[in-house]
Amino acid sequence: MNPSATRTVVIEPVTRVEGHGKVTIQLDEQNRVRQARLHIVEFRGFERFIQGRPFWEVPVLVQRLCGICPVSHHLAAAKAMDRIVGGENLTPTAEKIRRLMHYGQMLQSHALHFFHLCSPDFLFGFDADPAVRNIVGVARKYPDLAVQGVMLRKYGQEIIRATAGKKIHGTGAVPGGVNRNLPVEERDAFLKDLPQMLDWAEGAVRVARDYTMEHLEELAPFGAFDSNHLSLVRPNGEMDLYHGVLRAVDAKGGTIFDGVDYQNYLDYIAEDVQPWSYMKFPFIRSLGPERGWYRVGPLARVNLCDSIPSPKAEAARKEFFRLTGGRPNNMTMTYHWARMIELLHSVEVIEQLLHDADLQGTDLVVRGERRNEAVGLIEAPRGTLFHHYVVNDRDQVVRCNLIVSTTNNNTPMNRAVEDVARRYLDGVQISEGLLNRIEVAIRAYDPCLSCATHALGQMPLVVELVGPNGATLARRVRDSGA
Amino acid sequence: MSETLSFTIDGVAIEARPGQTILQAADDAGIYIPRLCAHKDLVPFGACRVCTVKVNGRPQAACTMPAAKGMVVENNTPELLEHRRRLIEMLFVEGNHYCMFCEKSGNCELQALAYRFGITAPRFPYLFPDRDVDASHPDVLIDRNRCILCARCVRASRDLDRKGVFQFVGRGARKKLWINAETELAGTNAAAEDRAVEVCPVGCLLKKRQGYATPIGRRLYDRRPIGSDIESRRPTPTT
Repeated sequence: MNPSATRTVVIEPVTRVEGHGKVTIQLDEQNRVRQARLHIVEFRGFERFIQGRPFWEVPVLVQRLCGICPVSHHLAAAKAMDRIVGGENLTPTAEKIRRLMHYGQMLQSHALHFFHLCSPDFLFGFDADPAVRNIVGVARKYPDLAVQGVMLRKYGQEIIRATAGKKIHGTGAVPGGVNRNLPVEERDAFLKDLPQMLDWAEGAVRVARDYTMEHLEELAPFGAFDSNHLSLVRPNGEMDLYHGVLRAVDAKGGTIFDGVDYQNYLDYIAEDVQPWSYMKFPFIRSLGPERGWYRVGPLARVNLCDSIPSPKAEAARKEFFRLTGGRPNNMTMTYHWARMIELLHSVEVIEQLLHDADLQGTDLVVRGERRNEAVGLIEAPRGTLFHHYVVNDRDQVVRCNLIVSTTNNNTPMNRAVEDVARRYLDGVQISEGLLNRIEVAIRAYDPCLSCATHALGQMPLVVELVGPNGATLARRVRDSGA
Repeated sequence: MSETLSFTIDGVAIEARPGQTILQAADDAGIYIPRLCAHKDLVPFGACRVCTVKVNGRPQAACTMPAAKGMVVENNTPELLEHRRRLIEMLFVEGNHYCMFCEKSGNCELQALAYRFGITAPRFPYLFPDRDVDASHPDVLIDRNRCILCARCVRASRDLDRKGVFQFVGRGARKKLWINAETELAGTNAAAEDRAVEVCPVGCLLKKRQGYATPIGRRLYDRRPIGSDIESRRPTPTT
């Protein structure tokens, strides 16, 4: 097709610290959507500027990639550095403190994602006025739910503070272990509030389930498409968000690979580059870039695991699978339901850990035979997170490759945006409803892009309609005023 | 006991032993004069000027100025506090000080002074100098990004360790910490246990692979501001 005969609709959010995104919708001569793309136009550069830094600094440095889920980067880097110092067989205390930190992170991040960022869409509808469709609106109309979201998140944040020293950007994990245990007084304070958290977490699963089931007609096709799925699982197939082996299945549940030691991830995963986005496009090597892209995150994890090793979340998983008759679920909007199942699981894991006396142990760090190359993998709230480092004999990082969760979901997010554009673009007008739905599709995967974030009101948007000759036919600006 | 001599700091009467500097006498009396290059085990050097006080109306470095009978010393005045604040801010913009991931955070005297002075951000433009890291030594790291040219390591290595590992090269803005040999640090007899490493007030000289071992909350300046150990020596006034 002659590119000059197409029209391009540009949706461009302006600056925000969480990330910059831009959506372009390309139309053909009949004003049908030819292609829609989510561009990630910011460049981070962490892989380059940690070169030369001492390796033990990396877990504290790279977590600055993110202010919502820094613990994931902190722990993924620490897991890699464990291997660099030969300390990957952590002491029971170190492993459990890290797990507690990680599941605390999963809880707070999922609570933020669901209650603060996404619940306004569910409670008020995709077409609601953005002035109402935000967390303040939720607090006014559904104060109980808003309080639960805030308190669940706070509980997770306090767990992080107790294990990492700070709620955001702490220092708890060091190569080969941790720098603190959990004193009995702090454990008891957490245990006291736990039953309430469990109750609210079960309630959150019900909210997500009921919302999905009541709106299934609209949600089932919304941004839905078949895809492969990838995540860590335990070698026995149980869900594990901190450590395990890599498993990938296709859209129907057929195994692509299983039991893969993630130190060898490069034998299984490759990254494609496109000129129109700073974000790379990972794919499964054996399937190639066209067919090998995959989903990660809550939906992929709940799809992939054989069971969830905590009773309430496992029961919720079984109920989730009744929707698809036991086969993998490929509906974008069910990410939220899966996310709340994981939130419930996180609270249950936190409870199991708090009852474990190893948290009060004093054997915190192990060291062994030094290595020069290592991979650290973890299931971050948004999905599988890869950290790969090469360290020289002087203890300096010389090479680094990071595949963050959002990058793993790059193609799925593009697919979801394209599906929504095809479904809801009417003529050459960018309606408020279309903008909202594009946000909703992106937000199902990731709230970390500015275009997916509406914590305090409207997201900033610039919308341009570009004609075949490059001239702007229409322009619409939405400010970020809350 | 030898004879003492009297002077005042901000109107408070101080007794000093002959040969003491103003800073040493103030420390003994429980009066904190901020400093970075001065260290109780090292000979006075007068590099950073953070300890500048007014002696009989004239600016002097308290770490090098001997106490003398009848001196009138001003320390805690708005003018001097502002002067020190500017010096600290200039030290921050002159190097590459990223407290957010620096392993010295919480134990760093430069950072602790910034907190004590309520500095949230420097007023001056960052220079972002191109500085290097010497990671050649198996147990000691030099990160020149964080060097403030206080010469503590130079003095400690020469006078306490008796090794003379460090020196300065260059002048003015190009002055930098260097090795007293035509090699990297690995070519010297420096060791992680050297006092030279221990006395570094910032994250320039570091023991390798030890970073972040102390949890947040238990680091030196997490609970009490810098200088409070000295101020706690001050006798409570009796009525």
